[in-house]
Amino acid sequence: MLSKDFDFEKSIKELEKIAASLENEQITLDESIALFEKGVKLSKDCSEYLESAKQKIITLTEKESEDNG
Amino acid sequence: MLNTITVSQLNTYVKSLVENDPRLTFVNVSGEISNFKNHFSSGHWYFTLKDQNASIRCVMFRSSASRVRFQVEDGLAVVIKGRVSIYEKDGQYQFYAEEMHPIGEGDLALQFKQVKEKLEKEGLFDVTSKRPLPRFPKKIAVITSDTGAAVRDILNITNTRYPACEIVMCSVLVQGDMAASDMIKTLDRVYALNDIDVIIIGRGGGSAEDLHCFNDEALARKIYESPFPVISAVGHETDFSISDFVADIRASTPSHAAELAVPDMRELKNHIDSITNLLKSKITYKYDFYYNKLNSLDSKVSPTNVSRVVQNKQIDVDRIFDKMENRIKFILQKNANSASGLASRIDALSPLKVMARGFSAVSKDNKYITNTDKLNVGDNITVEFYDGNIDCTITDKKCK
Repeated sequence: MLSKDFDFEKSIKELEKIAASLENEQITLDESIALFEKGVKLSKDCSEYLESAKQKIITLTEKESEDNG
Repeated sequence: MLNTITVSQLNTYVKSLVENDPRLTFVNVSGEISNFKNHFSSGHWYFTLKDQNASIRCVMFRSSASRVRFQVEDGLAVVIKGRVSIYEKDGQYQFYAEEMHPIGEGDLALQFKQVKEKLEKEGLFDVTSKRPLPRFPKKIAVITSDTGAAVRDILNITNTRYPACEIVMCSVLVQGDMAASDMIKTLDRVYALNDIDVIIIGRGGGSAEDLHCFNDEALARKIYESPFPVISAVGHETDFSISDFVADIRASTPSHAAELAVPDMRELKNHIDSITNLLKSKITYKYDFYYNKLNSLDSKVSPTNVSRVVQNKQIDVDRIFDKMENRIKFILQKNANSASGLASRIDALSPLKVMARGFSAVSKDNKYITNTDKLNVGDNITVEFYDGNIDCTITDKKCK
């Protein structure tokens, strides 16, 4: 179950960054494993986010614009 | 003698003649506009229509003028439809225009061209003011009719591609005279929200007349003001509207707008899968790299290597052993020498050696006597020599 404030964009960007970091020959095996574990978690969360999403439609009403305005 | 009539009577009479001529009550006249004046308070238009040889004064009342879509200006060639009459106050004969159409092109086409030129000149179409769309929008405002095909297409496509995005449905009129002002009002309300990522504004296909509200100048300016990126999607691929030029991006159809607005979930899933596979291959590579490194270290301590190391160490040990042996021998030799010297010194101090030099020892009752105090005349003593003893009796005693 994803937390409510799960940020898909942030997560997928981080995942992309981790993939790039693992290309780096300089990082140690320990660091690589830590990055790998984090990446796998992010990838799982991102997939879950996409699969569990249900389209939400709200209607802009006069009332709402007054409330927000 | 003829009857005398007043000026008013004359003008009224001529006016009635003109107005009762059916050929002058419904007439189309073509010409070029000059001296055009839009009366600021009444909203009536006053102008002269002329050709190469003649001219006529014209008036167009506000109710009629407001229906003219294009911008009227001097030099414009038009056809006006209306009636001829007399303005009794000054006896001016003039044309009362009820409709006006440009010559050579349609009203809407002319209006489109005029608004486009004007806004383009002001820089509202500049590429530099276009904003990119966000990669993963969370909330999209859809401004269109809630009954048309457009809203159905947009909701279906966004739901299939990326259901994670919330839709704010803003139903508006998308044709007719009220449409532009309705959309402007709705845009203002959407602008007041602070969490909109993208706006889609548009409608499905229709006649040029139906789509015309999207060429409205005020609507175009309102779209240009948007704090959020706007996708304009009006009609079919071939339809261009002014809103397309001021929006951040033009979509050829409402369906296309939905595709532009949200990413495709299937592609995203593939993207995530490929990153995950990349992670796996990278970690495997890393593991192999260290595994091979370990193996190469292992081969460095193979049996042949070990025996060589041991042999080298053996030589070292042998050398050290030799050194130690020599050292021990040296110490033992040194100590042996000093021991024999000591023995001869001890020997020299032996009492037997002293006695051999002529000294003798006196004892009484088996105790050695070192002075005369304990001896008295008549005591029996023993005198020891190095080669034997003699027993004696004291006959005299002399003390020092």
